[in-house]
Amino acid sequence: MENNPLFKSGHTACAGCGQAIAARLVIEAAGANTIVVNNTGCLEVFSTKYPETAWGVPWIHSLFENSAAVASGVEAALKYLGKKDVTNVIAQGGDGSTGDIGLQALSGMLERGHDILYVCYDNEAYMNTGVQRSGLTPFDTNTSTSPAGAKSSGNLRPKKAVPEICVAHGIPYVATASAGFPMDITRKVKKAISIKGPKYIQIHVPCPLGWRYETNQMLPVAKLAVDTGLYPLFEYENGILAARKQITPKPVEEYLKSQGRFKHLLNNPEEIKKIQEIADNNIKKYGLKVEA
Amino acid sequence: MKEFLEGSHAIAEIVKACKPGVISAYPITPQTHIVEDLATMVANGELTSQFVNVESEHSAASVVLGASATGVRVYTATSSQGLFYMQEVVFNIAGMRLPVVMTCANRAVSAPINIWNDQQDSISLRDSGWFQIYAEDNQEAVDFHLIAYRLAEDKRVMLPVMVCMDGFILTHGMETVDIPEQDKVKKFLPDYNALYKLDTAHPISMGLLADPNYYMETRFAIQETMQESIGYLADISKKFNTVFGRDYKDFLVEEYQIKDAEKVIVAMGSVCGTIKEVVDEQRAKGKKVGLLRIITYRPFPYARVYEALKDIPKVAVLDKAVSLGAYAPIAVELKAAFYGKKKGPKVISSFVAGLGGRDITLESIHEVFRRLTVKEVNSDFIDLKPELLKEEYGE
Repeated sequence: MENNPLFKSGHTACAGCGQAIAARLVIEAAGANTIVVNNTGCLEVFSTKYPETAWGVPWIHSLFENSAAVASGVEAALKYLGKKDVTNVIAQGGDGSTGDIGLQALSGMLERGHDILYVCYDNEAYMNTGVQRSGLTPFDTNTSTSPAGAKSSGNLRPKKAVPEICVAHGIPYVATASAGFPMDITRKVKKAISIKGPKYIQIHVPCPLGWRYETNQMLPVAKLAVDTGLYPLFEYENGILAARKQITPKPVEEYLKSQGRFKHLLNNPEEIKKIQEIADNNIKKYGLKVEA
Repeated sequence: MKEFLEGSHAIAEIVKACKPGVISAYPITPQTHIVEDLATMVANGELTSQFVNVESEHSAASVVLGASATGVRVYTATSSQGLFYMQEVVFNIAGMRLPVVMTCANRAVSAPINIWNDQQDSISLRDSGWFQIYAEDNQEAVDFHLIAYRLAEDKRVMLPVMVCMDGFILTHGMETVDIPEQDKVKKFLPDYNALYKLDTAHPISMGLLADPNYYMETRFAIQETMQESIGYLADISKKFNTVFGRDYKDFLVEEYQIKDAEKVIVAMGSVCGTIKEVVDEQRAKGKKVGLLRIITYRPFPYARVYEALKDIPKVAVLDKAVSLGAYAPIAVELKAAFYGKKKGPKVISSFVAGLGGRDITLESIHEVFRRLTVKEVNSDFIDLKPELLKEEYGE
């Protein structure tokens, strides 16, 4: 595998990019018998600038929002050719192309029951176009289109619950993961591709430019999101919460102060309290707290 | 075998004979009967295609894009708003050089919403890199689907083809149609064998980012292929005639009574049947009139049009679409075909008719011939109702 990696070095991702690491883990876990369909976004741009490609598996990019639909076509063609049983299909994209502009295509793919794993790399804003807010941008985040100012503390709305939207489609497997926990990504991808039908994995992937952290801080930042309860890691199997990563919750302030996108909140206890409530609700909802 | 069939059913029959591996579509009037019939054929086991029922036209086009990239023959059909919703995928399919075949059941576009026929939908996508071939009747619509696959999958071409047929007039019209037998189809249309495809045995990347150093050549290449394909269409017509016993001259234009004509109408699609009737009527009275039918609109057959009309004194171009704020779409091409040339019509007048399904009657065509005088007119609307315009302006 090391001599023939499925996602090669030499691509142009930023130093400290969580998405590049997660994408490599996903394809290495899925293996060489995989076709990847990629939405437009950072991953597409930094891995396939003509005449170079980082991909060692068949890979196709069409548009911003249609990877779920293109993958549906790939899967249908493989079925027609009698090759589906020996080929995995992965559709992937960022949070905006998955949960905003591509939500309809994703919903169609899930509802139709295609045997496809959809992977959403969630860096919580439109990073490829310069850090504009998406539906998956967290509450109070400072982005270029949800700037903090005299009359605003950043993004007005909480993060869209795309994994739960996927669960509501009645699909066999939905999971969240984090670039801070690489072995967990590998395990979840392997599990997902062993299941027939539509699967969804959403991976939290820190972005040094958009989140504004030092490039050597990717792992600690990602871990803090999980350890505060702001990014719960869970698995739904056939609609039932089957597993979650339990934590000894840290205060959200530790996570907020690790990144420039939350800097405006640090002297604002009222806003921090609201964010702590979001974490507390997650902890309660998913039973994240390690029992004594 | 000759059968009396609805246009949509005839299309479903010929698509079945072409054996696409993947069919994907989203329902829109007047395309629905085609895909309903195909779905029934799949349900009955007459057709082994994967039929993917999608949640939108955007996804229908994306599904056939993905399936085509995986190396199988594909089919989709749409109309009007559906085609517009597909638009970015339509351009993408051509840019990726995928041999997708689509039927466009031509229909007006909103607003106001209108489900009836004109050709504004496909004409608005003329710059997308798709071939556009317009049928006059259902026999042609059937035959053009075979041509479409043969052309699209030609290794020298590798571009998508849109077969355009007037909504309701053809899609819902009953005609006697000869559906080619399977063995003849097989003879004319070999199995699709992709040059490049998504295959785990030979991994390639498709749809890469092309920066200013690389993008322009991709457009140039499509432009070049389009122009060269005009010659291929003539060759394909010969082969087609041999296998199926038809009598197509080429698939570019049809000349009807234009040899000694003083007035010629240029038009596209089913309206040409009506025009032929008027031409026959006028010819019987000794009037020298004719028709030049545009069959292939993209690539536009400028040289054939020039040859056909260079000695005709007066030409009327009849568009079933408009380019609001400019000359009508086919009229633009006609004027361009003669600009700076030694020979050509003294008058090229442009008329717009039949928008949103307004009937183009024999009388409408007579009116076009009457208005075709020494005084050139542009985008002159036929069959307008002045009383409606008065009401709108409150005069």
